[in-house]
Amino acid sequence: MSDVNNEALLVAHKITRHFGGLVANQDVCVNLIRGKVHVLLGPNGAGKSTCINMLSGDLPPSDGKILFKGKDITGLTAAQRSLVGIGRSYQRTNIFPKFTVLENVRLAAQSRKQQAWRIFSKAQEQQWALDKARACIEEAGLGKKVDWVSGVLSHGEQRQLEIAMVLATDAEVMLLDEPLAGMGSEESAKMVEVLKRLKPTRAILLVEHDMDAVFAVADTITVMVNGQVLESGPPAQIKASVAVQQAYLGTEDSFHV
Amino acid sequence: MDFASFLIQTLNSLQYGLLLFLVASGLTLVFGIMGIINLAHGSFYMIGAYLAFVLASATGSLFMAILLGIPLALIFGAFLEWALFAHLYKRDHLEQVLLTFGLILIFEELRSLLVGDEVHGVDIPAMFSGSIQLSEVLSYPVYRLVISAVCIVLAVALYFVIQRTRLGMMIRAGNHDRTMVEALGININMIYRVVFALGVALAALAGMLASPISSVFPNMGSHVLIISFVIVVIGGIGSVWGALAAALIVGFADTFGKVLLPELSGMVVYIVMAGVLLWRPEGIFKKG
Amino acid sequence: MKVQAPLILKLMALAILACVPLTGESFYTELIAKTLVLAIFAMSLDLLVGFTGLVSFGHAAYFGVAAYAVAQLSPKYEAASLWFVLPASVGLSALVALFVGLFVLRTKGIYFIMVTLAFAQLAFFVFHDTPLGGGSDGIYLNVKPTAEIAGWVPFDLDNQQHLYYFILAMLVAVYAFLSRILQSPFGRVLVGIKSNEHRMQSMGYITFRYKLAAFALAGGLGGIAGFLYAVVFGFVTPELLSWHQSGNVLLMVILGGMGNLVGAIAGAFLFTGMQEVFATWTKHWQLVMGSVIVAAVLFLPGGLAAIPGRIKRSLQGGGSHE
Repeated sequence: MSDVNNEALLVAHKITRHFGGLVANQDVCVNLIRGKVHVLLGPNGAGKSTCINMLSGDLPPSDGKILFKGKDITGLTAAQRSLVGIGRSYQRTNIFPKFTVLENVRLAAQSRKQQAWRIFSKAQEQQWALDKARACIEEAGLGKKVDWVSGVLSHGEQRQLEIAMVLATDAEVMLLDEPLAGMGSEESAKMVEVLKRLKPTRAILLVEHDMDAVFAVADTITVMVNGQVLESGPPAQIKASVAVQQAYLGTEDSFHV
Repeated sequence: MDFASFLIQTLNSLQYGLLLFLVASGLTLVFGIMGIINLAHGSFYMIGAYLAFVLASATGSLFMAILLGIPLALIFGAFLEWALFAHLYKRDHLEQVLLTFGLILIFEELRSLLVGDEVHGVDIPAMFSGSIQLSEVLSYPVYRLVISAVCIVLAVALYFVIQRTRLGMMIRAGNHDRTMVEALGININMIYRVVFALGVALAALAGMLASPISSVFPNMGSHVLIISFVIVVIGGIGSVWGALAAALIVGFADTFGKVLLPELSGMVVYIVMAGVLLWRPEGIFKKG
Repeated sequence: MKVQAPLILKLMALAILACVPLTGESFYTELIAKTLVLAIFAMSLDLLVGFTGLVSFGHAAYFGVAAYAVAQLSPKYEAASLWFVLPASVGLSALVALFVGLFVLRTKGIYFIMVTLAFAQLAFFVFHDTPLGGGSDGIYLNVKPTAEIAGWVPFDLDNQQHLYYFILAMLVAVYAFLSRILQSPFGRVLVGIKSNEHRMQSMGYITFRYKLAAFALAGGLGGIAGFLYAVVFGFVTPELLSWHQSGNVLLMVILGGMGNLVGAIAGAFLFTGMQEVFATWTKHWQLVMGSVIVAAVLFLPGGLAAIPGRIKRSLQGGGSHE
């Protein structure tokens, strides 16, 4: 039982990324374990975006290895990683604004069974994809707005849509980039509940600023500063860490919980 | 191929490549800095050539024609930017393609209306009309060497402007973030107008310089345009030095291709481009 | 918001088109036939530009390949079998498009526009300079293909009316085919790619393959138009692959409002209509055409199919939730 719960799904081993002379990430290690939420924290410019981009396949690492269920996936593209079971949501709106909520998620679901050669079948008659989409939309809390054009949703609702889309791709590893951004406290709390519900069967990585939410849901926190991992451990350890407090001093972010 | 012939073809390649560089540099600057695809760029080359013909006929000298033609081209370019292209910055590529396609039609027909459809020759200035002996039987026209020399001078001047002047710095800055540059108080509209006018003038000058050699004929713009596109693809958008390297590659590939593989002649350039696409789809010198 | 012409209007338009040969006006029948061919060409490009977001400026290449194919595959003074040359020409243009796609789809944006143009130019030179074409003078299709199957001749392409209805039937077939494809899961992926290719990739779609398939498909459909053109005019030249041709068909797609098959057809008619009208005004009709294009881009960004939508929206007094 504990073996299953400690299954390391995604392991990043000393991943490094240069942009010309700039070192955005240096020897970063991240372990994503099934049933656990891992939060990536750090002041602006710490390299969190670069890190999540390397994990999702949006950016190739300059050095280091990434393993998924023991297999080396460092060379896989984002599309290939998605097919393997790694899903990603984005910080900046990255949906299909002219499509309805349902169509956004249906497209995500369809990706699991791409029978592109069946050119005479109708997409809107693929019941399995529509049912799955509706289920994921419900789970993400967006059930009431299923037929809305996604471009007019509020920022927080679009974050929910992102979650629904990731769910629809059956992601075992969910990489969520600031899913709480732009949400009021009530919405945040609801989203945290959603994350808690999703947790048991998946490994979740969260990049987040909202400290309250972070401490409510995190099992492990990794703090990054200047492209490197400063400290990594359970929330209590991070809260008490002097090094972490100092890292946040003098930055715009505050580290008061 | 004996050495003298080889030398001739090399000089021809150089001259052709350098001339193409003049045209392509304007194209890549406008792409890279303003993000505009301008199909009518070849028309500026054509306009330059016809301008040279008209002015040279009127004044009796290609020198005078070029001296008058350059400022005219600059003014024309600035006017075009103000009247039309300034409205394209916010539009997508498709609309730019369409509008500039319409411009080609307009320019071609205006040319047809004003100057006619005949092919014209332009005289080489007497001072450069001689040849240099390369061997007992082969000689090389001085004028072609002059063209290469002028292009090299312009390339060096372009280098200095872009790398060493405030204008060049603003051009390079405008390349990356328009709103940031504006926030610094730099008048981006003026920069865009200058860059565009410069591009037009370079293309027109190339046409003027080439006119005695290639003659002045209706479709001369189209071919140069497509080759310029190939150069920008090979060299990387926005990279002036990429354009130089690519233009020389194209000049050599085309010239030697026509001599060594006459059955393929016009196609060698595109085959080279296809090769580059397989290896480096973003161009050899793509700016970051 | 796309404007969907209601079915009744489409059927009425079809009926009108079907009546054209019955008027007995030979000149207009041929003109409309030519426009129908261009409409097929425009729809094939719309698949790329309007639905997948791939702005190809070299689509004339596949039009020309099929046109040259039927001319070359037909014996000099005999009729080739329609049931051979049609699939052969179309298959060839699809194959060429597939090959070119492998190169050009490695690029995006401005690069893509330029390299598609360059490859079309390469094709132009192939037909202009090598024995595959007949040089700048072009070649003739002396005898139109025959529709005979085992002794039975269902229709005769030498008969202007039969030819017209054949073309009209092909138009309807291509329209129906594309409509169906666009509603399929494959079609939805294409539309998704146009909307947000990056997101499609991060959801597990290997977009290169889908774009390649669309490119080849569009090439083949453009080939149908090229085939028909050769049959109608009996004469093919390298000009069919020129960038003017590529630009014209792009213009048709945009005029009609992209992402709208009916719009593509309308664009073809509009373009041909303008060409005919302007040509009666002046020999320099391209000046008028060019000016209209420039004006249209500056003042009419949605294309013509957007006009009904804009009128509707202004009548409703603002945007709505559709």
